[in-house]
Amino acid sequence: MTGALRFLEHHAVLYRRTWKGTIFVSFVSPLLFLAAMGLGLGSLISSGPVRTVDGVSYLAFLAPGLLAATTMQTAYVETTYPIIAKIQWLRTYDGMLATPLTIGNVVAGEISWLAFRLTMVATIFFLVMILFGTIHAALAPLAILVAILTGLAFGAPILAFTATQRTDNAFSVIGRFIITPLFLLGGAFFPIHQLPQLLQGIAWLTPLAHGVALARGLTTGRITSSAGVDALVLLAYATLGIIAANITMRRRLSK
Amino acid sequence: MAAPPIRSNALIHARGLSKRFDKLLAVDAIDFDVERGEAFGFLGPNGAGKTSTMRMIGCVSAPSGGELSVLGMNPITDGPRIRARLGVVPQADTLDMELRVEENLFTYARYFDMPRDLARRRTRELLEFVQLSDRAKDEVEPLSGGMKRRLTIARALVNEPELLLLDEPTTGLDPQARHLVWDRLYRLKQRGVTIVLTTHYMDEAEQLCDRLVVMDKAKIVASGSPRKLIDQYSTREVLELRFSIDAPPSLDGKFEGLADRVEVLPDRVLLYTQDGEAAAAALHGRGVQPESTLVRRSTLEDVFLRLTGRSLIE
Ligand SMILES: Nc1ncnc2c1ncn2[C@@H]1O[C@H](COP(=O)(O)OP(=O)(O)OP(=O)(O)O)[C@@H](O)[C@H]1O
Ligand SMILES: [Mg+2]
Repeated sequence: MTGALRFLEHHAVLYRRTWKGTIFVSFVSPLLFLAAMGLGLGSLISSGPVRTVDGVSYLAFLAPGLLAATTMQTAYVETTYPIIAKIQWLRTYDGMLATPLTIGNVVAGEISWLAFRLTMVATIFFLVMILFGTIHAALAPLAILVAILTGLAFGAPILAFTATQRTDNAFSVIGRFIITPLFLLGGAFFPIHQLPQLLQGIAWLTPLAHGVALARGLTTGRITSSAGVDALVLLAYATLGIIAANITMRRRLSK
Repeated sequence: MAAPPIRSNALIHARGLSKRFDKLLAVDAIDFDVERGEAFGFLGPNGAGKTSTMRMIGCVSAPSGGELSVLGMNPITDGPRIRARLGVVPQADTLDMELRVEENLFTYARYFDMPRDLARRRTRELLEFVQLSDRAKDEVEPLSGGMKRRLTIARALVNEPELLLLDEPTTGLDPQARHLVWDRLYRLKQRGVTIVLTTHYMDEAEQLCDRLVVMDKAKIVASGSPRKLIDQYSTREVLELRFSIDAPPSLDGKFEGLADRVEVLPDRVLLYTQDGEAAAAALHGRGVQPESTLVRRSTLEDVFLRLTGRSLIE
């Protein structure tokens, strides 16, 4: 445990140089999205024939979905290029593993760091949601936890995958064919039930659909009956991802 | 060959130690002991298995077979506890390019659980020790190769290790930097630090090592003090001959009976003999006229050549 804390000091030293920028980005990105899509597009919808989406205003519908989709993106960014850099390009881990630190410490440390970054991103996003008046339930702050869990459900398996890679070629493929399509089609911008049947099935296999549904239920106050299943799916992805990351990182870093 | 007897207070104890990478046997059942306070060297040509051995001692690579104990503990089960007391200079620098010079030392000290103020003090002292104080705030990447090497050595000392593992510590350093490193290692040895190093420089091995082993093709082929190895594997003197490259003479049979052993290298011929001057005179009598002759004492380099069949300068 202290090993993982020591490991985190490496992140802390580096983050001291960049934290202002990351906070700015975490703040501005939801601001722009909610203003443009939520208010702009939302005003079109509310003046049209449908008026609401799944029974709430478009802004209230969009914001929690975007919250979960944003932590997914953060997780992808944090667990691909920076990790392979430390494995292979900069060999940071090789230096660390000559000290009392262990591979277990490295994995625990990276997962903890990811959780920290997700917490920041989700919390700032939530503050922006308050600003936009899209919080409609007492349980709403729990959506922050859901968003963190959604990030971990993506980040841990991607971390496990990254440890098996020799080049960064696959990362742009993941970005283009998994992360971006999910961001656009995975339930954040419109209800999944409007997708063709096949795509609906695929969407529900991914953690994002479950994270979006759960977060949306919490901030709109319309918690669905499948909330328990949604939470379990996220937990399962995160847990299995962490186990897999321990295996692949061990395989990669012990020679 | 019978296994050497187990020595009780050996800091490193290896018997039948092996390392296999898939099909390739990089270290093949080697036996050695390193005593507390001594400087112990691994010599050997490229690919002999030196680094593989060092990495097993450093508890970052698991042995594939045999026995290994380091500081009286088992590297497989006690890795973190052993590493806490080791200093490691790997063959390829693993400095943290994202951190500045002093941060490299400070965060490394923190990995060893060192309190912050102590870590800061050690950082200052060590930068002084390797003469990098004026670069403390700089990025690592633009440092010269020799400076990076010195920083790596400083980093290895951050936890005041009892056992220092140095894999080719001075490769790529200019003569002045090498002497600085030798001086620092000598001082550490005086303070009782045990040193294990690999090197391709025979003068470095002679200067620093109390005992050494020569590895070749994954096995240990000789061991002893530099003096003992020279006595055992070479003659007292060596006669070095250089011939004109344009018209190399036919030397067949010319060296008959003049030397215990003759090595014909691309650029020179070495005659191993008890009396170099006498051999030179006799050669002259046989009409051999080298461009230059040199009589010198045998060195570890000659031992290396004899044992591995390879010159160091290839
Ligand atoms: N991680 C690895 N995977 C596969 N083979 C390896 C690995 N590390 C070393 N080897 C192989 O093991 C053998 C011994 O390598 P090692 O690095 O121990 O040699 P060395 O004596 O240190 O050589 P050098 O003087 O060039 O540094 C070589 O054939 C090398 O290719
Ligand atoms: Mg080597």
